[in-house]
Amino acid sequence: IMLDESSEPGWLSEEVKTGTTIIAIEFDGGVVLGSDSRVSAGETVVNRVMNKLSLLHDKIYCALSGSAADAQTIAEMVNYQLDVHSIEVGEDPQVRSAATLVKNISYKYKEELSAHLIVAGWDKKGGGQVYVTLNGLLSRQPFAVGGSGSSYVYGFVDAEYRKAMSKEDCQQFVVNTLSLAMSRDGSSGGVAYLVTIDEKGAEEKCILGNELPTFYDQ
Amino acid sequence: MAAYMSAGRSANAFSTHDFVPEWAQEEVSTGTTIMAVEFDGGVVIGADSRTTTGAYIANRVTDKLTPIHDHIFCCRSGSAADTQAVADAVTYQLGFHSIELDEPPLVQTAANLFQQMCYRYREELMAGIIVAGWDKRRGGQVYTVPMGGMIVRQPVSVGGSGSSYIYGFMDSNYKPGMTKEECLHFCTQALALAMERDGSSGGVARLAAITEEGLERRVVLGHQLPKFSNT
Repeated sequence: IMLDESSEPGWLSEEVKTGTTIIAIEFDGGVVLGSDSRVSAGETVVNRVMNKLSLLHDKIYCALSGSAADAQTIAEMVNYQLDVHSIEVGEDPQVRSAATLVKNISYKYKEELSAHLIVAGWDKKGGGQVYVTLNGLLSRQPFAVGGSGSSYVYGFVDAEYRKAMSKEDCQQFVVNTLSLAMSRDGSSGGVAYLVTIDEKGAEEKCILGNELPTFYDQ
Repeated sequence: MAAYMSAGRSANAFSTHDFVPEWAQEEVSTGTTIMAVEFDGGVVIGADSRTTTGAYIANRVTDKLTPIHDHIFCCRSGSAADTQAVADAVTYQLGFHSIELDEPPLVQTAANLFQQMCYRYREELMAGIIVAGWDKRRGGQVYTVPMGGMIVRQPVSVGGSGSSYIYGFMDSNYKPGMTKEECLHFCTQALALAMERDGSSGGVARLAAITEEGLERRVVLGHQLPKFSNT
Protein backbone atom coordinates (compact mmCIF):
# COMPACT_ATOMS: atom_id res chain seq x y z
CA ILE A 1 0.00 0.00 0.00
CA MET A 2 1.40 3.36 -0.96
CA LEU A 3 0.83 6.27 1.37
CA ASP A 4 2.19 8.77 -1.06
CA GLU A 5 2.16 8.58 -4.85
CA SER A 6 5.72 9.92 -5.08
CA SER A 7 8.04 12.04 -3.00
CA GLU A 8 7.78 14.85 -5.57
CA PRO A 9 4.60 16.87 -6.15
CA GLY A 10 3.01 16.32 -9.56
CA TRP A 11 3.28 19.91 -10.64
CA LEU A 12 7.07 19.84 -10.64
CA SER A 13 7.12 17.37 -13.50
CA GLU A 14 4.06 18.45 -15.48
CA GLU A 15 4.31 20.87 -18.37
CA VAL A 16 3.21 24.37 -17.50
CA LYS A 17 0.39 25.46 -19.77
CA THR A 18 -1.73 28.55 -20.00
CA GLY A 19 -4.91 26.45 -20.51
CA THR A 20 -6.78 29.61 -21.11
CA THR A 21 -9.35 31.73 -22.80
CA ILE A 22 -8.24 34.68 -24.89
CA ILE A 23 -10.23 37.07 -27.04
CA ALA A 24 -9.63 40.17 -29.13
CA ILE A 25 -12.15 42.35 -30.97
CA GLU A 26 -11.92 45.36 -33.29
CA PHE A 27 -14.03 48.48 -32.95
CA ASP A 28 -13.94 51.69 -34.96
CA GLY A 29 -10.84 53.39 -33.59
CA GLY A 30 -9.20 50.55 -31.69
CA VAL A 31 -9.28 47.07 -30.22
CA VAL A 32 -10.14 45.35 -26.94
CA LEU A 33 -8.18 42.30 -25.78
CA GLY A 34 -9.15 40.03 -22.91
CA SER A 35 -7.80 36.98 -21.12
CA ASP A 36 -8.29 34.88 -18.00
CA SER A 37 -5.42 34.45 -15.51
CA ARG A 38 -4.98 30.74 -14.83
CA VAL A 39 -1.71 28.87 -15.41
CA SER A 40 -1.82 25.15 -14.72
CA ALA A 41 0.78 22.40 -14.42
CA GLY A 42 -1.28 19.23 -14.70
CA GLU A 43 -4.07 19.61 -12.15
CA THR A 44 -2.38 22.30 -10.07
CA VAL A 45 -2.91 25.98 -10.65
CA VAL A 46 0.61 27.35 -10.40
CA ASN A 47 -0.36 30.96 -11.06
CA ARG A 48 -3.89 32.24 -10.57
CA VAL A 49 -3.21 35.89 -11.44
CA MET A 50 -1.09 35.69 -14.60
CA ASN A 51 -1.59 38.50 -17.09
CA LYS A 52 -1.65 36.84 -20.48
CA LEU A 53 -1.92 40.11 -22.38
CA SER A 54 1.65 40.89 -23.29
CA LEU A 55 2.96 44.16 -24.67
CA LEU A 56 4.65 44.00 -28.05
CA HIS A 57 4.73 47.76 -28.54
CA ASP A 58 3.01 50.88 -27.15
CA LYS A 59 -0.19 50.26 -29.06
CA ILE A 60 0.21 46.59 -29.98
CA TYR A 61 -0.48 43.76 -27.56
CA CYS A 62 -0.71 40.01 -27.94
CA ALA A 63 -2.76 37.43 -26.05
CA LEU A 64 -0.94 34.23 -25.03
CA SER A 65 -2.27 30.66 -25.00
CA GLY A 66 -0.86 27.14 -25.07
CA SER A 67 2.50 26.32 -23.54
CA ALA A 68 3.39 29.17 -21.16
CA ALA A 69 7.11 29.01 -21.93
CA ASP A 70 6.66 28.95 -25.71
CA ALA A 71 4.15 31.79 -25.72
CA GLN A 72 6.20 34.04 -23.45
CA THR A 73 9.35 33.43 -25.47
CA ILE A 74 7.66 34.28 -28.75
CA ALA A 75 6.24 37.46 -27.25
CA GLU A 76 9.62 38.54 -25.87
CA MET A 77 11.39 37.87 -29.18
CA VAL A 78 8.82 39.81 -31.15
CA ASN A 79 8.93 42.66 -28.64
CA TYR A 80 12.67 42.94 -29.29
CA GLN A 81 12.32 42.63 -33.07
CA LEU A 82 9.59 45.29 -33.12
CA ASP A 83 11.73 47.71 -31.11
CA VAL A 84 14.52 47.37 -33.67
CA HIS A 85 12.08 47.64 -36.57
CA SER A 86 10.37 50.75 -35.23
CA ILE A 87 13.71 52.49 -34.80
CA GLU A 88 14.67 51.54 -38.35
CA VAL A 89 11.48 52.93 -39.88
CA GLY A 90 11.43 55.90 -37.51
CA GLU A 91 7.80 55.59 -36.46
CA ASP A 92 5.35 53.31 -34.65
CA PRO A 93 5.13 49.85 -36.25
CA GLN A 94 2.01 48.59 -37.96
CA VAL A 95 -0.07 45.91 -36.26
CA ARG A 96 0.33 43.77 -39.35
CA SER A 97 4.11 43.92 -38.97
CA ALA A 98 3.91 42.67 -35.40
CA ALA A 99 1.56 39.89 -36.47
CA THR A 100 3.88 38.92 -39.29
CA LEU A 101 6.82 38.65 -36.92
CA VAL A 102 4.80 36.39 -34.63
CA LYS A 103 3.61 34.34 -37.60
CA ASN A 104 7.17 33.89 -38.88
CA ILE A 105 8.30 32.34 -35.60
CA SER A 106 5.13 30.25 -35.19
CA TYR A 107 5.41 28.88 -38.70
CA LYS A 108 9.16 28.22 -38.78
CA TYR A 109 9.09 26.34 -35.47
CA LYS A 110 5.61 24.92 -35.73
CA GLU A 111 6.73 21.37 -34.94
CA GLU A 112 8.55 22.38 -31.77
CA LEU A 113 6.27 25.09 -30.45
CA SER A 114 2.83 24.72 -29.00
CA ALA A 115 1.49 28.23 -28.54
CA HIS A 116 -1.15 30.37 -30.18
CA LEU A 117 -0.89 34.15 -30.02
CA ILE A 118 -3.61 36.59 -31.05
CA VAL A 119 -2.07 39.95 -32.01
CA ALA A 120 -4.16 43.13 -31.77
CA GLY A 121 -3.52 46.85 -31.69
CA TRP A 122 -3.94 50.24 -33.29
CA ASP A 123 -1.90 51.99 -35.96
CA LYS A 124 -2.62 55.14 -37.91
CA LYS A 125 -2.77 53.39 -41.26
CA GLY A 126 -5.33 50.69 -40.48
CA GLY A 127 -6.96 51.71 -37.20
CA GLY A 128 -7.87 48.86 -34.85
CA GLN A 129 -6.86 45.41 -36.15
CA VAL A 130 -6.95 41.83 -34.84
CA TYR A 131 -4.78 39.08 -36.34
CA VAL A 132 -4.73 35.34 -35.63
CA THR A 133 -1.50 33.37 -36.00
CA LEU A 134 -2.68 29.86 -35.19
CA ASN A 135 -0.32 27.16 -36.46
CA GLY A 136 1.64 29.73 -38.47
CA LEU A 137 -1.11 31.22 -40.62
CA LEU A 138 -1.80 34.95 -40.67
CA SER A 139 -5.35 36.17 -40.93
CA ARG A 140 -7.12 39.37 -39.99
CA GLN A 141 -10.55 38.95 -38.38
CA PRO A 142 -13.08 41.34 -36.85
CA PHE A 143 -12.74 39.33 -33.65
CA ALA A 144 -10.93 36.19 -32.54
CA VAL A 145 -11.13 33.75 -29.64
CA GLY A 146 -8.50 31.23 -28.64
CA GLY A 147 -7.30 28.80 -26.00
CA SER A 148 -8.97 25.76 -24.50
CA GLY A 149 -11.88 27.77 -23.13
CA SER A 150 -12.76 29.20 -26.52
CA SER A 151 -14.54 25.99 -27.65
CA TYR A 152 -17.29 26.64 -25.12
CA VAL A 153 -18.02 30.15 -26.31
CA TYR A 154 -18.00 29.81 -30.11
CA GLY A 155 -21.79 29.60 -30.06
CA PHE A 156 -22.07 32.62 -27.77
CA VAL A 157 -19.74 34.86 -29.80
CA ASP A 158 -21.34 33.79 -33.10
CA ALA A 159 -24.76 34.73 -31.74
CA GLU A 160 -23.82 37.95 -29.91
CA TYR A 161 -21.31 39.59 -32.23
CA ARG A 162 -22.62 42.47 -34.28
CA LYS A 163 -20.67 44.68 -36.67
CA ALA A 164 -19.88 48.24 -35.61
CA MET A 165 -20.11 47.80 -31.83
CA SER A 166 -18.93 50.71 -29.70
CA LYS A 167 -15.87 50.55 -27.44
CA GLU A 168 -18.01 50.00 -24.33
CA ASP A 169 -20.08 47.29 -26.08
CA CYS A 170 -16.86 45.53 -27.06
CA GLN A 171 -15.55 45.66 -23.49
CA GLN A 172 -18.80 44.20 -22.18
CA PHE A 173 -18.77 41.54 -24.90
CA VAL A 174 -15.22 40.54 -23.92
CA VAL A 175 -16.05 40.39 -20.20
CA ASN A 176 -19.18 38.30 -20.80
CA THR A 177 -17.33 35.89 -23.08
CA LEU A 178 -14.46 35.44 -20.62
CA SER A 179 -16.85 34.89 -17.73
CA LEU A 180 -18.79 32.20 -19.61
CA ALA A 181 -15.65 30.41 -20.73
CA MET A 182 -14.05 30.58 -17.28
CA SER A 183 -17.08 28.96 -15.70
CA ARG A 184 -17.05 26.01 -18.11
CA ASP A 185 -13.35 25.40 -18.81
CA GLY A 186 -11.32 23.84 -16.01
CA SER A 187 -8.13 25.29 -17.46
CA SER A 188 -9.44 28.87 -17.40
CA GLY A 189 -10.24 30.94 -14.35
CA GLY A 190 -9.09 33.51 -11.84
CA VAL A 191 -9.51 37.14 -12.82
CA ALA A 192 -10.17 38.76 -16.18
CA TYR A 193 -7.60 41.11 -17.69
CA LEU A 194 -8.68 43.64 -20.28
CA VAL A 195 -6.61 45.94 -22.48
CA THR A 196 -8.25 48.64 -24.60
CA ILE A 197 -6.03 50.20 -27.28
CA ASP A 198 -6.86 53.26 -29.32
CA GLU A 199 -5.13 56.29 -30.80
CA LYS A 200 -4.40 57.70 -27.36
CA GLY A 201 -2.70 54.59 -26.04
CA ALA A 202 -3.34 51.36 -24.14
CA GLU A 203 -5.45 51.12 -20.98
CA GLU A 204 -5.14 48.01 -18.80
CA LYS A 205 -7.87 46.83 -16.50
CA CYS A 206 -8.34 43.91 -14.13
CA ILE A 207 -11.76 42.55 -13.14
CA LEU A 208 -11.76 40.36 -10.04
CA GLY A 209 -13.49 36.98 -10.00
CA ASN A 210 -16.42 38.09 -7.85
CA GLU A 211 -17.05 41.15 -10.03
CA LEU A 212 -17.51 39.12 -13.23
CA PRO A 213 -21.04 38.69 -14.63
CA THR A 214 -22.85 35.57 -13.40
CA PHE A 215 -25.40 33.39 -15.14
CA TYR A 216 -28.49 31.46 -14.26
CA ASP A 217 -26.84 28.62 -12.34
CA GLN A 218 -24.46 30.70 -10.24
CA MET B 1 -17.78 2.52 -58.45
CA ALA B 2 -19.75 -0.72 -58.89
CA ALA B 3 -16.67 -2.42 -60.28
CA TYR B 4 -14.65 -1.40 -57.19
CA MET B 5 -17.33 -2.70 -54.84
CA SER B 6 -17.61 -6.12 -56.50
CA ALA B 7 -13.81 -6.47 -56.79
CA GLY B 8 -13.61 -5.77 -53.07
CA ARG B 9 -16.13 -8.40 -52.15
CA SER B 10 -14.57 -11.16 -54.24
CA ALA B 11 -11.20 -10.71 -52.52
CA ASN B 12 -10.42 -11.81 -48.97
CA ALA B 13 -13.26 -10.56 -46.79
CA PHE B 14 -10.97 -9.44 -43.97
CA SER B 15 -8.40 -7.56 -45.98
CA THR B 16 -8.50 -3.79 -45.93
CA HIS B 17 -7.39 -2.43 -49.26
CA ASP B 18 -8.32 0.38 -51.58
CA PHE B 19 -11.22 -1.41 -53.30
CA VAL B 20 -13.41 -0.69 -50.28
CA PRO B 21 -13.79 3.00 -49.40
CA GLU B 22 -12.38 4.06 -46.07
CA TRP B 23 -15.74 5.00 -44.64
CA ALA B 24 -17.09 1.48 -45.05
CA GLN B 25 -14.61 0.38 -42.37
CA GLU B 26 -15.38 3.18 -39.91
CA GLU B 27 -17.86 2.91 -37.09
CA VAL B 28 -21.16 4.67 -37.58
CA SER B 29 -21.45 7.49 -35.09
CA THR B 30 -24.07 10.12 -34.41
CA GLY B 31 -21.44 12.94 -34.17
CA THR B 32 -24.16 15.27 -33.07
CA THR B 33 -25.66 18.04 -31.08
CA ILE B 34 -28.61 17.25 -28.80
CA MET B 35 -30.41 19.31 -26.19
CA ALA B 36 -33.45 19.44 -23.96
CA VAL B 37 -35.11 22.25 -21.96
CA GLU B 38 -37.77 22.09 -19.22
CA PHE B 39 -40.62 24.57 -19.15
CA ASP B 40 -43.72 24.84 -17.02
CA GLY B 41 -45.97 22.15 -18.46
CA GLY B 42 -43.47 20.10 -20.47
CA VAL B 43 -40.15 19.88 -22.24
CA VAL B 44 -38.67 20.88 -25.58
CA ILE B 45 -36.06 18.59 -27.12
CA GLY B 46 -33.89 19.10 -30.18
CA ALA B 47 -31.18 17.46 -32.27
CA ASP B 48 -29.30 17.84 -35.53
CA SER B 49 -29.69 15.17 -38.23
CA ARG B 50 -26.21 14.06 -39.25
CA THR B 51 -24.89 10.48 -38.92
CA THR B 52 -21.30 9.93 -40.01
CA THR B 53 -19.05 7.00 -40.81
CA GLY B 54 -15.66 8.66 -40.67
CA ALA B 55 -15.87 11.60 -43.05
CA TYR B 56 -18.88 10.27 -44.98
CA ILE B 57 -22.35 11.40 -43.96
CA ALA B 58 -24.24 8.14 -43.90
CA ASN B 59 -27.59 9.77 -43.11
CA ARG B 60 -28.20 13.50 -43.43
CA VAL B 61 -31.80 13.39 -42.21
CA THR B 62 -31.45 11.18 -39.11
CA ASP B 63 -34.05 11.30 -36.39
CA LYS B 64 -32.16 11.25 -33.10
CA LEU B 65 -35.27 11.99 -31.04
CA THR B 66 -36.53 8.55 -30.13
CA PRO B 67 -39.84 7.82 -28.39
CA ILE B 68 -39.54 5.61 -25.32
CA HIS B 69 -43.15 5.99 -24.26
CA ASP B 70 -46.12 8.25 -25.07
CA HIS B 71 -44.74 11.24 -23.15
CA ILE B 72 -41.07 10.27 -22.81
CA PHE B 73 -38.35 10.73 -25.41
CA CYS B 74 -34.62 10.30 -25.52
CA CYS B 75 -31.99 12.22 -27.49
CA ARG B 76 -29.16 9.97 -28.67
CA SER B 77 -25.48 10.82 -29.15
CA GLY B 78 -22.40 8.62 -29.58
CA SER B 79 -22.41 5.31 -31.38
CA ALA B 80 -25.58 4.92 -33.47
CA ALA B 81 -25.69 1.16 -32.89
CA ASP B 82 -25.15 1.38 -29.12
CA THR B 83 -27.78 4.07 -28.58
CA GLN B 84 -30.36 2.34 -30.74
CA ALA B 85 -29.81 -0.94 -28.89
CA VAL B 86 -30.05 0.68 -25.45
CA ALA B 87 -33.12 2.70 -26.44
CA ASP B 88 -34.86 -0.42 -27.76
CA ALA B 89 -34.09 -2.31 -24.54
CA VAL B 90 -35.34 0.53 -22.33
CA THR B 91 -38.49 0.94 -24.46
CA TYR B 92 -39.29 -2.71 -23.84
CA GLN B 93 -38.58 -2.55 -20.12
CA LEU B 94 -40.58 0.64 -19.65
CA GLY B 95 -43.56 -0.66 -21.64
CA PHE B 96 -43.65 -3.77 -19.46
CA HIS B 97 -43.32 -1.71 -16.29
CA SER B 98 -46.14 0.61 -17.36
CA ILE B 99 -48.47 -2.35 -17.91
CA GLU B 100 -47.61 -3.72 -14.47
CA LEU B 101 -48.24 -0.33 -12.89
CA ASP B 102 -51.39 0.29 -14.95
CA GLU B 103 -50.28 3.92 -15.22
CA PRO B 104 -48.11 6.00 -17.52
CA PRO B 105 -44.49 5.64 -16.36
CA LEU B 106 -42.47 8.40 -14.72
CA VAL B 107 -39.71 10.17 -16.64
CA GLN B 108 -37.40 9.48 -13.71
CA THR B 109 -38.04 5.75 -14.13
CA ALA B 110 -37.10 5.84 -17.80
CA ALA B 111 -33.99 7.86 -16.99
CA ASN B 112 -32.92 5.41 -14.30
CA LEU B 113 -33.38 2.47 -16.67
CA PHE B 114 -31.04 4.19 -19.13
CA GLN B 115 -28.60 4.95 -16.35
CA GLN B 116 -28.52 1.35 -15.09
CA MET B 117 -27.76 0.00 -18.55
CA CYS B 118 -25.22 2.67 -19.44
CA TYR B 119 -23.37 2.21 -16.14
CA ARG B 120 -23.35 -1.60 -16.17
CA TYR B 121 -21.99 -1.72 -19.70
CA ARG B 122 -19.94 1.47 -19.48
CA GLU B 123 -16.76 -0.14 -20.87
CA GLU B 124 -18.49 -1.54 -23.94
CA LEU B 125 -20.86 1.31 -24.76
CA MET B 126 -20.28 4.72 -26.27
CA ALA B 127 -23.57 6.43 -25.55
CA GLY B 128 -24.49 9.88 -24.28
CA ILE B 129 -28.24 10.17 -23.78
CA ILE B 130 -30.62 12.89 -22.67
CA VAL B 131 -33.99 11.62 -21.39
CA ALA B 132 -36.86 14.12 -21.38
CA GLY B 133 -40.61 14.02 -21.04
CA TRP B 134 -43.71 14.87 -19.07
CA ASP B 135 -45.46 13.01 -16.30
CA LYS B 136 -48.29 13.88 -13.93
CA ARG B 137 -46.19 13.82 -10.76
CA ARG B 138 -43.40 16.25 -11.64
CA GLY B 139 -44.40 17.81 -14.98
CA GLY B 140 -41.66 18.45 -17.52
CA GLN B 141 -38.29 16.92 -16.64
CA VAL B 142 -34.87 16.60 -18.30
CA TYR B 143 -32.36 14.00 -17.11
CA THR B 144 -28.91 13.69 -18.62
CA VAL B 145 -27.09 10.33 -18.73
CA PRO B 146 -23.66 11.08 -20.19
CA MET B 147 -20.98 8.50 -21.08
CA GLY B 148 -19.93 6.61 -17.98
CA GLY B 149 -23.45 6.25 -16.67
CA MET B 150 -24.12 9.04 -14.20
CA ILE B 151 -27.54 10.65 -13.98
CA VAL B 152 -28.53 14.18 -13.06
CA ARG B 153 -31.69 16.22 -13.54
CA GLN B 154 -31.07 19.65 -15.08
CA PRO B 155 -33.43 22.39 -16.27
CA VAL B 156 -31.46 22.56 -19.50
CA SER B 157 -28.94 20.13 -20.93
CA VAL B 158 -26.85 19.82 -24.08
CA GLY B 159 -24.91 16.82 -25.35
CA GLY B 160 -22.87 15.40 -28.21
CA SER B 161 -19.74 16.66 -29.91
CA GLY B 162 -21.37 19.93 -30.95
CA SER B 163 -22.42 20.76 -27.40
CA SER B 164 -18.97 22.10 -26.41
CA TYR B 165 -19.49 25.10 -28.67
CA ILE B 166 -22.81 26.16 -27.18
CA TYR B 167 -22.18 25.98 -23.43
CA GLY B 168 -21.49 29.71 -23.41
CA PHE B 169 -24.62 30.46 -25.46
CA MET B 170 -26.73 28.20 -23.23
CA ASP B 171 -25.43 29.75 -19.98
CA SER B 172 -26.07 33.29 -21.19
CA ASN B 173 -29.38 32.78 -22.98
CA TYR B 174 -31.26 30.29 -20.81
CA LYS B 175 -33.63 31.86 -18.36
CA PRO B 176 -35.87 29.95 -15.98
CA GLY B 177 -39.59 30.40 -16.64
CA MET B 178 -39.51 30.49 -20.45
CA THR B 179 -42.65 29.58 -22.41
CA LYS B 180 -42.86 26.71 -24.88
CA GLU B 181 -42.33 29.01 -27.88
CA GLU B 182 -39.35 30.70 -26.22
CA CYS B 183 -37.83 27.28 -25.53
CA LEU B 184 -38.34 26.23 -29.15
CA HIS B 185 -36.67 29.43 -30.34
CA PHE B 186 -33.78 28.97 -27.87
CA CYS B 187 -33.21 25.38 -29.05
CA THR B 188 -33.37 26.32 -32.73
CA GLN B 189 -30.74 29.01 -32.23
CA ALA B 190 -28.48 26.81 -30.13
CA LEU B 191 -28.64 23.93 -32.64
CA ALA B 192 -27.95 26.29 -35.54
CA LEU B 193 -24.87 27.69 -33.79
CA ALA B 194 -23.52 24.24 -32.97
CA MET B 195 -24.19 22.91 -36.47
CA GLU B 196 -22.27 25.85 -37.89
CA ARG B 197 -19.15 25.10 -35.83
CA ASP B 198 -19.13 21.30 -35.42
CA GLY B 199 -18.25 19.25 -38.50
CA SER B 200 -20.03 16.22 -37.08
CA SER B 201 -23.34 18.09 -36.69
CA GLY B 202 -25.50 19.39 -39.50
CA GLY B 203 -28.43 18.80 -41.79
CA VAL B 204 -31.80 19.85 -40.43
CA ALA B 205 -32.80 20.75 -36.90
CA ARG B 206 -35.40 18.41 -35.44
CA LEU B 207 -37.43 19.68 -32.50
CA ALA B 208 -40.24 18.28 -30.38
CA ALA B 209 -42.39 19.67 -27.60
CA ILE B 210 -43.85 17.19 -25.09
CA THR B 211 -46.72 18.26 -22.86
CA GLU B 212 -49.71 16.69 -21.13
CA GLU B 213 -51.65 16.98 -24.39
CA GLY B 214 -49.04 14.99 -26.25
CA LEU B 215 -46.34 15.50 -28.79
CA GLU B 216 -45.67 18.26 -31.33
CA ARG B 217 -42.78 17.74 -33.76
CA ARG B 218 -41.10 20.35 -35.95
CA VAL B 219 -38.35 20.32 -38.53
CA VAL B 220 -36.32 23.42 -39.41
CA LEU B 221 -34.69 22.89 -42.79
CA GLY B 222 -31.11 23.96 -43.47
CA HIS B 223 -31.95 27.16 -45.33
CA GLN B 224 -34.48 28.19 -42.70
CA LEU B 225 -32.03 28.00 -39.81
CA PRO B 226 -31.02 31.32 -38.25
CA LYS B 227 -27.81 32.79 -39.66
CA PHE B 228 -25.28 34.83 -37.70
CA SER B 229 -23.55 37.94 -38.84
CA ASN B 230 -19.85 37.37 -38.39
CA THR B 231 -19.42 35.14 -41.45
